[in-house]
Amino acid sequence: MRLRFLLNGAVQEVEAHPSRLLLGWLRETAGLTGTKEGCGEGDCGACTVALGDLDEEGALRWRAVNACILFLGQVDGKAVLTVEGVAQGDGTLHPVQQALVQQHASQCGFCTPGFVMTLFTHWWRLGPTDRASLDDLLAGNLCRCTGYRPILDAARAALALPGGDRHRDEAWRIVRQLRAWHDRPPLARGFVAPRNLDALADHLAAHPGALLLAGGTDAGLWVTKDLRDYDHVVHLGEVAELRRIGVADGHLQVGAAATYTDLLPHAQTHWPAFADLLRRLGSELIRNSATLGGNLGSASPIGDTLPVLLALDATLVLRHGERRWTLPVDRFFLDYKRTALPKGGFVERIDLPLPPPDLTLHVTKVAKRFDQDISAVLLATAFRHDGHTIHTARIGIGGMAATPARARSAEARLEGAPLTPATFQGAAAALASEFQPLTDLRASAGYRLEAARAALLQAGAAAMGDEVALPLEPVA
Amino acid sequence: MSRVHQSLAHDSAVQHVTGRARYTDDLPEPKGLLHAAVGLSQCAAGRIMALDLGPVRNSPGVVAVVTAADIPGVNDIGPVFHDEPVLATDRVDYWGQALFAVAATTVEAARRAARLAQVTYAPEPPLLTVDQALAAASFVLPPHTMQKGDVEAALATAPHRLACELRMGGQDHFYLEGQIALVLPQDDGGFLVYSSTQHPSEIQHKVAEVLGLPSAAVTVEVRRMGGGFGGKETQGNLIAVLAALLARQTGRPVKLRLDRDTDMELTGKRHDFKSRFEVGFDDEGRILALDAELAARCGLSADLSAAICDRAMFHTDNAYYLPAARIHAHRCKTHTVSNTAFRGFGGPQGMLGAEFYIDEIARQLGKDPLDVRLSNLYGPGRDTTPYHMQVEDNVLPELMLELEATCRYRQRRQAITAFNAQSPIIKRGLALTPVKFGISFTVTHLNQAGALLHIYQDGSLHLNHGGTEMGQGLFVKVQQIVADVFDVPPAWVHLSPTNTGKVPNTSPTAASSGTDLNGMAAQNAALTLKDRLAAFVAERHQASPEEVRFEQGEVVVRGNRLAFAEVARRAYLARIQLSATGFYKTPKIHYDRDQARGRPFYYFACGAACSEVAVNTATGEHRTTRVDILHDAGRSLNPAIDQGQIEGGFVQGMGWLTSEELWWNEAGRLMTHAPSTYKIPTARDVPHTFHVSLWERGENHEDTIHRSKAVGEPPLMLAISVFLALRDALASLRPHSRPKLDAPATPERILWAAKALREGR
Ligand SMILES: Cc1cc2nc3c(=O)[nH]c(=O)nc-3n(C[C@H](O)[C@H](O)[C@H](O)COP(=O)(O)OP(=O)(O)OC[C@H]3O[C@@H](n4cnc5c(N)ncnc54)[C@H](O)[C@@H]3O)c2cc1C
Ligand code: FES
Ligand code: FES
Repeated sequence: MRLRFLLNGAVQEVEAHPSRLLLGWLRETAGLTGTKEGCGEGDCGACTVALGDLDEEGALRWRAVNACILFLGQVDGKAVLTVEGVAQGDGTLHPVQQALVQQHASQCGFCTPGFVMTLFTHWWRLGPTDRASLDDLLAGNLCRCTGYRPILDAARAALALPGGDRHRDEAWRIVRQLRAWHDRPPLARGFVAPRNLDALADHLAAHPGALLLAGGTDAGLWVTKDLRDYDHVVHLGEVAELRRIGVADGHLQVGAAATYTDLLPHAQTHWPAFADLLRRLGSELIRNSATLGGNLGSASPIGDTLPVLLALDATLVLRHGERRWTLPVDRFFLDYKRTALPKGGFVERIDLPLPPPDLTLHVTKVAKRFDQDISAVLLATAFRHDGHTIHTARIGIGGMAATPARARSAEARLEGAPLTPATFQGAAAALASEFQPLTDLRASAGYRLEAARAALLQAGAAAMGDEVALPLEPVA
Repeated sequence: MSRVHQSLAHDSAVQHVTGRARYTDDLPEPKGLLHAAVGLSQCAAGRIMALDLGPVRNSPGVVAVVTAADIPGVNDIGPVFHDEPVLATDRVDYWGQALFAVAATTVEAARRAARLAQVTYAPEPPLLTVDQALAAASFVLPPHTMQKGDVEAALATAPHRLACELRMGGQDHFYLEGQIALVLPQDDGGFLVYSSTQHPSEIQHKVAEVLGLPSAAVTVEVRRMGGGFGGKETQGNLIAVLAALLARQTGRPVKLRLDRDTDMELTGKRHDFKSRFEVGFDDEGRILALDAELAARCGLSADLSAAICDRAMFHTDNAYYLPAARIHAHRCKTHTVSNTAFRGFGGPQGMLGAEFYIDEIARQLGKDPLDVRLSNLYGPGRDTTPYHMQVEDNVLPELMLELEATCRYRQRRQAITAFNAQSPIIKRGLALTPVKFGISFTVTHLNQAGALLHIYQDGSLHLNHGGTEMGQGLFVKVQQIVADVFDVPPAWVHLSPTNTGKVPNTSPTAASSGTDLNGMAAQNAALTLKDRLAAFVAERHQASPEEVRFEQGEVVVRGNRLAFAEVARRAYLARIQLSATGFYKTPKIHYDRDQARGRPFYYFACGAACSEVAVNTATGEHRTTRVDILHDAGRSLNPAIDQGQIEGGFVQGMGWLTSEELWWNEAGRLMTHAPSTYKIPTARDVPHTFHVSLWERGENHEDTIHRSKAVGEPPLMLAISVFLALRDALASLRPHSRPKLDAPATPERILWAAKALREGR
């Protein structure tokens, strides 16, 4: 595989193996050791770099990503900024760096380059500095030393400091280079990144054994943790249709390779509860790469969006070669990590029916840690009711069976029933007898059942106007 | 001007933020470097029937493989007791134990090869828990007891008695930089070792012993670690030794960097404990007698467990006077990784037990736990510990009352009671708990340190000491201390990597003692040089040395002001030796372990925290909503650094007690061996309201370095207040209840506790 990208402003032409990951290349080949490895699985953020591409308006956009699980091929035609490229050429620190120093925000310093990069992207877009936004921003960067308080203070302080002008002044150079590359031939051989849907479909159908890659937030771990090696990778990320999100025919149509970051504002508009869940899915860094198509492709019983898609009655647009067909999402999951998709096929799009005014979506994710944790149980409910009677009920549930599933007997107890606590008690009891979850490192079977019941009761309470929420502020 | 008591930035702060700070894996790689990986056992207990390494040797890129048979010296890395093999010989004793190591041309090649061994075991049922080990009487070391007064009699006559039991989980260090060593063979048959270690001298000794070399043939160097927290006190031994074995075998430099999963499976953690208490008390909740039985899971070998369990025992009183006490501890041997030092070193487990039995007393009597705490504090006439040491500098009564007032404990207590009365599912809780942490290695001989200081002819200084920098800010503090002696800008004092060739026989940088010991040793070296310079300058100016003053980079005598650099140059020309060593040993301490009597600690470092939490009692989810901390760092050498230690320690302790859960499957494999499954706190877990203050009146009454107090470990235990606040929230579910809650308080444990209370169990 031969690729081109900008690294800290300089053009790189690189020959590499298709499953070479960015972090290894930076540290071992480019000799840039500022970017660290803390876990190799996307969970600690020590490897954070900024990935630059052009947004819809053609302006430069920097997003923080985990270099440890990013395939080198994914940066082809883009710009990469590492911690070494943040300060001015003369060594003057960038505002983010200054603020971290001033606030005493590094102790051992091993996490610091990662924080610098995440904060750099935040500085670049003049992001919000309220605590909740900063918590969202930093959820993917672990620090074991500082207790985060000084880092949060630095995040706020950085935006008020002068400096860093070079990045804004010289953005045009990067834009010009990326535009020029936009017309380059797509990557081929080894790491294949087609630009149009049909080419992708044909190629995949012809090479069903290749690794289909979207964001790589699952697939990257197969390289770092399972030590797998891929000679043939097919990347979805360069197909514009697959990244598109828009409203048509009463649906929000989400391209399967659109990132969660791009999906978030749309979810916020139509289903705030879904948006709240997305903010807890992985981290900002993960969401900048990860896709809905990847969640479906992995089809894990603990894939967080899948119960929501079930509750919302999503329809999938599937593709194999020239064949394109639709499938209700509840017929997609066949067995543990097995789907209705034939080998060599892929999900093209996810269509989510726009919510009628009487629909309430409620999502509960229970995990040991609020941020960036895999769910022990995830329950998504979508009810339509008139304040007295429940007309329709959809319950999607994760972590309770071999696949994400609908809780059909609980749904049956709710549909047509009065909107009362007793109705939900009955449904919760039905739910608990419908599933036989497992005990594992995340939770015991008993806890999963108990938490699922509680989640359904809380969804019911919310439908009756009595939301149960943990307060963030002290009592007085 | 004073160069200490100033909030200087960490000496490496600019290197940190620019990515220029070099950690071991960032050092330029020597020519011919090989990369290593470790082959791990896939069985918790049993004999090795066959170990076929053919597929490993034949894997692409492999250059060498070592097993126990290739060890020229002793097959042991035990730091104190010689009971832990480098590589397994005929049996394995935990899942993840090292069987062999392989060197290859790339990291990937080494790691792939390491997975290819064909091993046949004759498995035995493993002992995994404290309970199983107790039942099987399986111990790494004999039990130990501390005793004061007649416990039986005092319990028998006490107006009230209760018995209670608490289990607390272990904790992975999760230093962001994993274990690593880089070993370079030298032309004289010796080895140069770069290791991410808190204890370079021990790495030196272990590499020498395993390779069958004299200590002098091995030099160990470390500039900085990406976090240590105790996890690099002994756990780096294995890594360095394996790399050295491969380097010896191949004659090439070898780097061994563990991936995170291997790191978490192969290396030790904080001990999990089961503690049982029987306590007698009066109507006020004042304790009359305590009978405590602790049991720690030590894993397959002793490692530092002797001292760790002792420290748990030393802190089973926390801040409370026990008129009669028996504290008994078992060191359980299990088929799990050998547990090791972790910030607090057993202190947290001892102290959590104390705060738990106090909480039990308060709940049994229906009193506010804070009142019971306050009435049990050490005080005049109530000042001997269960190990017969007198508590002299007793700051807690005053400090706690101050915190109680500033955090508005009583008002918030009322508000919380009112809130809980009208909130069926969300419950709030509050707890204010003290920390009294003994400072000194309880193994007395470790309380020594050395330093080496040079002044060059241009007046710049080069400092070396036995302490290691892991982020705690030791280097900048020692830099300040030396700069203060000469009153020169700290930047003139250059810090060099810790190196066993410069300062020998060092103690680990541990027990919060880094600055106390090395700061004193460095000051001692600086004073020696200062005296020499003063004498020299005095002689030149026909003055007495006492008249010579060092001021702001100059030397002043009889109205003459000389630049420091000028003095250094002239001293050199006059053949004055401009290099000095310094040494320090902690005074006053002594301890007779057989009698469990003495003064193991030079002083106590104290603090208190008040935490408020909110709990969803239907799912067990919770949040810490407010924390107020008042901590005594004595006269802080660097308030910003100390605040960082307090905040960071607190959050780390909060993780230990809430979200960080180590989970083994039935076969004995640790399943939470990466951050995807092992959850340390994130930024969101830090309370929105987080007030941290250094106690203004703080001053060490012992003659420590500038009257400061050690601050590395004690703050971790401030987080015990979070655990007890969670228990407080749960207790609101049923009047006079004593919730059954073990640590870590995961959502699951909280939910079960809530359910039991609701169902009247
Ligand atoms: C640190 C971290 C945290 C995470 N947290 C969460 C979490 O909180 N909740 C959660 O649900 N997941 C989480 N994940 C998992 C992962 O991010 C999600 O599953 C994500 O949606 C995967 O998307 P991707 O684009 O990165 O998939 P990839 O890794 O690129 O692909 C995953 C799989 O899906 C297939 N695939 C990708 N696109 C398609 C398509 N269009 N059609 C068919 N198959 C396709 C691929 O072939 C591959 O088999 C986390 C992962 C990491 C590393
Ligand atoms: S190294 Fe931990 S997220 Fe990449
Ligand atoms: S400063 Fe050490 S991990 Fe953040």
